[in-house]
Amino acid sequence: MISLIDEKGHRIDGRKLDELRPLKIEVGILKNADGSSYIEFGKNKIVVAVYGPKSVHPKHLSLPDRSFLRCRYHMAPFSTDTRKHPQPSRREIEISKVIREALEPALILEEYPRTGIDVYLEVLQADGGSRCAGIIASAVALADAGISMRDMVVACAVGKISGQVVLDLDDREDKEGEADMPIAIMPNLNQTTLLQLDGILTPEEFEKGFKMAINACRHIYEVQREALINKYFGEDESGEE
Amino acid sequence: MSAVKKSMVVERLRKAQIVEFLSKEKRLDGRDLLDFRPIKIETGIIEKANGSARVQIGNTQVIAGVKIDIGEPFPDTPEKGLLVVNAEVLPLSSAYAEPGPPDEDAIELARVVDRGIRESQMIDLSKLVLIQGKKVYAVFIDVDILDTDGNLFDAVSYATVASLATSTMPKFSIDQNELITQEEESTHLHINCIPVSITLAKIGDEFIIDPTSEEEAVMDTRITFTFDDEGNIRAGQKGLPGTLDFDQVKLAVNIAKTKAKEIRKIIKESIKDAKR
Repeated sequence: MISLIDEKGHRIDGRKLDELRPLKIEVGILKNADGSSYIEFGKNKIVVAVYGPKSVHPKHLSLPDRSFLRCRYHMAPFSTDTRKHPQPSRREIEISKVIREALEPALILEEYPRTGIDVYLEVLQADGGSRCAGIIASAVALADAGISMRDMVVACAVGKISGQVVLDLDDREDKEGEADMPIAIMPNLNQTTLLQLDGILTPEEFEKGFKMAINACRHIYEVQREALINKYFGEDESGEE
Repeated sequence: MSAVKKSMVVERLRKAQIVEFLSKEKRLDGRDLLDFRPIKIETGIIEKANGSARVQIGNTQVIAGVKIDIGEPFPDTPEKGLLVVNAEVLPLSSAYAEPGPPDEDAIELARVVDRGIRESQMIDLSKLVLIQGKKVYAVFIDVDILDTDGNLFDAVSYATVASLATSTMPKFSIDQNELITQEEESTHLHINCIPVSITLAKIGDEFIIDPTSEEEAVMDTRITFTFDDEGNIRAGQKGLPGTLDFDQVKLAVNIAKTKAKEIRKIIKESIKDAKR
């Protein structure tokens, strides 16, 4: 197997070990949704729509003291190298669950009793780290929908390739590398809301990677902020307000 | 969506009680915060399975069965055998479980256990190839959850590990026409390590290990780590909408690492004399 890091310490796509892929976030790109966003993170291209707070169907799911949050992470059949069957896979069901649990701590759901909030993520193109990109975009779309939030949620993965701890794995690094650890945090409250890991990390590498991911999340948070500020206070007044 | 929750009023009263106990470093059943309930592991309980194990942790009871068959490899991994972990929370396992296809909780459970086994390379999948790109061994581990009293993640993991570690493997002969025939005798499924999963529950600001159903009903967050023989982390998963601050994450790793050593001894002991 060829090395994923060259002798100068650069990765296959030319990035340094702690460098993120190019990141672009747009807010309010869908007309029907109450909030929406579009993210490009490396080759990931994901659209997120938020509907709600609205009435819950089926009704028995509604909660007397807070809103009922649902997330659906779905990959388009054309989003991967070989066609992905449109039916949700076990992987997508699990990712939908962890994304919901990563976002929920940031939402003040108690403000909307007996209602439902739906977050739909459609992965148009998948690169490594699509769940992290999805979380970044979902938090922005929730803010765009005007849902009360305690903090934003930011996500980023770290991993290990060719024996080194690196930031933000792409598809190939994820598949050929030794470990992948997606993390989501609330950047102002300093809380972890998602942590998954597969591969092999020593406890020392875990700590190093965890720190690296948190620092990257703080940077991504600024991009989220800019995207929102741009829509609501920017010179381009194409927003609804 | 997820399983039916108990009445909210009872939960809140119970939570207050559990949290009060935890503040005195005690639990309702008298255990210390980082104590497991008694763990009992029996192997070889299902004759028709290649490997099997019953694991009891307190009142939680699960049975894992290994079936090894012939399958076709995935197109993107022609040189690897198949490993499939599936968990079924049966309706007989609690008053709150319902029949039907696995819900997201059961899917997460099976996938987290699967990752621990797969990523630790307990089974070397590259040694499970019969005809490159065409026929490989398919190792299915199905886990039936019979009685639920918390900590299914660890119980299902230990049952999976114990059943694999004591599993036989059918032998096949392949002639030039690529016709596969099963031989009379079988061999052992070779394992490389014993992955150990440790799940912590955070209630208030305290971590506990091996939560009961009642403790799980009031826990804020759950976090699972799986370690290999050398103490490397091979899989991890935080669950539920609660959060962990950054020091708590480190603390959780340390607690889990120490605990994994202890449990590895118990698992090793249970598979030591297994007939297969």
